[in-house]
Amino acid sequence: MAEIIENNSGKSSGKRKPKKYSTDIDMTPMVDLMCLLITFFMLTTAFSKPKVMEIVLPDKTIDTNIKPMPVDKNRAVTIIMAENDIIYYYEGLAKADSLPSLIKTDYSKDGIRKFLLKRNKPLLEQIIAFKEKITKGELVLPRDSVNSELKKLRNKDKVGPIILIKAADNIKYKNFVDIIDEMAITNIARYAIVDLNHLELKMLETAPK
Amino acid sequence: MSKIKIQKKSPHIDMTPMVDLFALLLTFFMLTSTFRPQEPAVIDTPSSISEKQAPDKEILNISIDKEGKVYFNLDNGPDTTTKFREKVLEKMAEQYKLKFTPKQYETFSKLSAFGMPVQLLNQWIDKKDPTGRDKFQKQLKEAKKDGIPTDSADNQLAWWILLTRQVDQNIQVGIKADMETDYKVVKKILDILQDKKVNKFNLTTNLEKVEVKIEN
Repeated sequence: MAEIIENNSGKSSGKRKPKKYSTDIDMTPMVDLMCLLITFFMLTTAFSKPKVMEIVLPDKTIDTNIKPMPVDKNRAVTIIMAENDIIYYYEGLAKADSLPSLIKTDYSKDGIRKFLLKRNKPLLEQIIAFKEKITKGELVLPRDSVNSELKKLRNKDKVGPIILIKAADNIKYKNFVDIIDEMAITNIARYAIVDLNHLELKMLETAPK
Repeated sequence: MSKIKIQKKSPHIDMTPMVDLFALLLTFFMLTSTFRPQEPAVIDTPSSISEKQAPDKEILNISIDKEGKVYFNLDNGPDTTTKFREKVLEKMAEQYKLKFTPKQYETFSKLSAFGMPVQLLNQWIDKKDPTGRDKFQKQLKEAKKDGIPTDSADNQLAWWILLTRQVDQNIQVGIKADMETDYKVVKKILDILQDKKVNKFNLTTNLEKVEVKIEN
């Protein structure tokens, strides 16, 4: 392309004809370059920003004046994460003279989630009813106050389980994220990450494999 | 019999629409792109239902790979004049009685994550290009000298965290660990952070959808 047709024939005759240029420009190099640049940008872009899960742990500095809140026996549930993606849980509190037996389950949706949903039903029903109101348009709230309303519902909860999450040896980081995630899925209002005590270590020895 | 005339067609194609389209795409990508940061190690993050987006400014990132090696990264702050990386390195050099040249400070502020004891940092900065730095990081891995020391004898990670927080009080902490990382290592890092009064963490995860139903 980009041919330049020059008309040199009329040199001698005084009449000068204006030079005629072709209007076509060769765009191939331009296309080549653009192709290259597009490929470069496409490959280097990070499209979706990474998502994060927020966790807040309690302050470590223990104020001796404040007594820790006693955990209600009927609400306490202890979840122990063990090796090979196994979860053990028991309800209530462990006492040296009557050790509760551990129930074995896993991280799948029919595993611990089923149990947590059952235990947390009163709160879940409130949350679902609240969300339904919003989707039906009966309640119009900005996004921020929706979250704070949900938080209020969770704080008001007096019957839901209090989950104590404990980790045995040789568990993976994935298990930890999964269990925290499970708390978010089932809308558990109260949970804490605690260390295993000696009773539970004993219970783990006799736990079903 | 007359010869069949083959019509002469010009071999040129009009490229204008193609160029138009390319120009459009190019502009789009140029304007929307944020460059993918360089990672010192491959980390396969677990998934969660959280839809919260990672903050892109003022974040201190601690990456933990499969073997439990720790990498540290922080950004330069809300704009280019704040130069947090330089300030933190200055404090760190003071703490460990090391010397860096002004040029090394400048280069460091443009780099990203690193995983090595602070004593080896100047060698890493002096490498000419990213491939040289990658190579250096790999050499350290082979010599088993990589990762930021976290043991109680020389807890450099704790110092990095403390000094970063002295430079920028508003900094948020992000933790990015591999699925297969031992929980003990993560727990140790969380403990170090909690000792330094950091109680809120952002765990980097992939998004995953779940449906929940209550059974009657």
